Amino acid sequence: MTLASIIEPYVGKTGGLISALHAVQKEHGFLPEDTEAVAADVFNLTRAEVKGVISFYHDFKRAPQGETVVRVCAAEACQATGGRALVAALEKKFALKMGDTSASKDLTLEPVYCLGLCSCAPSAMVGDRLVARANADKIGAVVEKTKKERAS
Amino acid sequence: MTALTLYLPLDSAAVALGADELADALVREADKRKLDLKIVRTGSRGMHWLEPLVEVEKDGKRIGYGPVDEGDTASLLDAVMGDGKHEKSVGAVEEIPFFKNQTRLIFGRCGVIDPLSVEDYEKHGGNAGLDKALKMDSAAICEEVFESGLRGRGGAGFPAGIKWRTVAGAEADQKYIVVNADEGDSGTFADRMIMEGDPFILIEGMTIAGVAVGATEGYIYLRSEYPVAARVLNDAIADARKAGLLGENVRGSGKAFDIEVFIGAGAYICGEETSLLNSLEGKRGEVRSKPPLPALEGLFGKPTLVHNVISLCSVPAILEKGAKFYRDYGMGKSTGTMPFQIAGNVKHGGLYETAFGLKLRELVEDIGGGTLNGRPVRAVQIGGPLGAYLSPRLFDLEMDYETMAANGAGVGHGGIVIYDDSVNLLEQARYAFEFCVEESCGKCTPCRVGSVRGVEIMDRIKEGVEHGKNVDVLEDLCELMVDGSLCAMGGMTPIPVQSAVKHFPEDFGIKPAKQAAE
Repeated sequence: MTLASIIEPYVGKTGGLISALHAVQKEHGFLPEDTEAVAADVFNLTRAEVKGVISFYHDFKRAPQGETVVRVCAAEACQATGGRALVAALEKKFALKMGDTSASKDLTLEPVYCLGLCSCAPSAMVGDRLVARANADKIGAVVEKTKKERAS
Repeated sequence: MTALTLYLPLDSAAVALGADELADALVREADKRKLDLKIVRTGSRGMHWLEPLVEVEKDGKRIGYGPVDEGDTASLLDAVMGDGKHEKSVGAVEEIPFFKNQTRLIFGRCGVIDPLSVEDYEKHGGNAGLDKALKMDSAAICEEVFESGLRGRGGAGFPAGIKWRTVAGAEADQKYIVVNADEGDSGTFADRMIMEGDPFILIEGMTIAGVAVGATEGYIYLRSEYPVAARVLNDAIADARKAGLLGENVRGSGKAFDIEVFIGAGAYICGEETSLLNSLEGKRGEVRSKPPLPALEGLFGKPTLVHNVISLCSVPAILEKGAKFYRDYGMGKSTGTMPFQIAGNVKHGGLYETAFGLKLRELVEDIGGGTLNGRPVRAVQIGGPLGAYLSPRLFDLEMDYETMAANGAGVGHGGIVIYDDSVNLLEQARYAFEFCVEESCGKCTPCRVGSVRGVEIMDRIKEGVEHGKNVDVLEDLCELMVDGSLCAMGGMTPIPVQSAVKHFPEDFGIKPAKQAAE
């Protein structure tokens, strides 16, 4: 599908630009460089307006992400249950800093601010899998499971 | 073939603790035994330390087992098909004190029914409020809400009835109902739980609001971090249309109302109502100056009733049972019930719906059971990242809007995060600024720049660089952010910071003596 054909159905919809960007990202895993120009054209906006929207929201990625994205909650309830130590342990385990993608593009490690699992913290999300009462081993096992499923 | 029905939550917390894998394992085990197993995926009861909690009905009571993991499947099926005895049995779920002592006006069905069955919903009292509202005129519905004393549950606590009257009284060709389901405060998950566990109550509350203020379109602005809620809501809305609960002719009343779910894109600030409206219009989520109030010029400049999820979910009971019934719960100007969310380092974490007015100590110690690791509680933060840090010296405060406000704190969205004695409040205060740096929309300077300066000041205080001067500068900065910020993001970031300094001066290298002199 071309970028234009992904974006066009959202014209005229409430909040259409944001939904269109979600759709592009779902298809490509990130927003390819042309997204800005194509979306501006389709929505009859300036490129600056579109860029402004893309850069405002944490969800929109302008570079390819790792095949598996590990999002670790960095907010208070998780801090109260060892969240800071969990982040440090994961950075060590995957040899990555928060916000970085591995050179082989197989893994991205990034913070998320609250998954609403605050009563069973700390929590994380591996791909679309939620993990509560998380620790580095538990997250590592889910990463392995996710990789294996993708391979098969 | 023998038949068996089990109840197991689809709630994100249960899923994050293995409920989906457990469901698969139970099905495999049942197949092996040629057992006709039906698993009803419900919402969560809110006792998250027991999740995944499996329930089975016996003699009219739901008996629970939890937390159950995949390894328990064979013994669990033996138990429920036999004498019921199992090491993970918790007995009758509704007899567990944590559950039994609650007043569930909102969450009554959550964890009990199939969230996607209109029939179940109505069998358990659903739509009774809507049916009453459809027979009333607009002004009468608004009066009922006003008389109930309901206040917005998102954090600000503004009287709902006043908002309803304002939107109802505004002249326009189009009005909107917008639900703020951008529940970004750490320590809160009530919105998520009700949307996943009983979505029709939100649909009912929104429809009543639509009928009352004359709006025909409703939007649920849902954060992207809640994929389970998105799926349940979209399915529920489709079912509601089929059942005639939404559409051109709501329940044969001749009135139109419909709902759409809009998924946000990861921005804490979009929980602020004007930022949310900009985002819903497809723009950057920058806050707008008020006035104009969204009630008069909201989405696309039209009169808009913006409410938090829980505010609207409180409405069906008010309409069904009357304003007086609702007002009789709570204390003073804090009427009705609040789903408190007990989170962080806590033994019995979860959701506890009760009337306003119980003491903080009851929530933290009696209901929550203290910390998970058994260490002493040193601090709690109430009401999310912009809420105050309180020390156990203040645990006898009552949980209601006025008492909290009088003590420099707020109920917020009802989230309580518990910390043990290893917490360093300087780190937490620094984080409050750091979070504001990350999430400020950038429109006003006190918030955008003030937060960056705040992080720097915290680092200097930590390192002891011109300590006294920096403590003074911190106070100045906080005052400026409170007075000069456009919205609560910059305006309330000083609350966690200043409460931490006030109640835990030793963490900032400040002698408590100086504190007493202030």
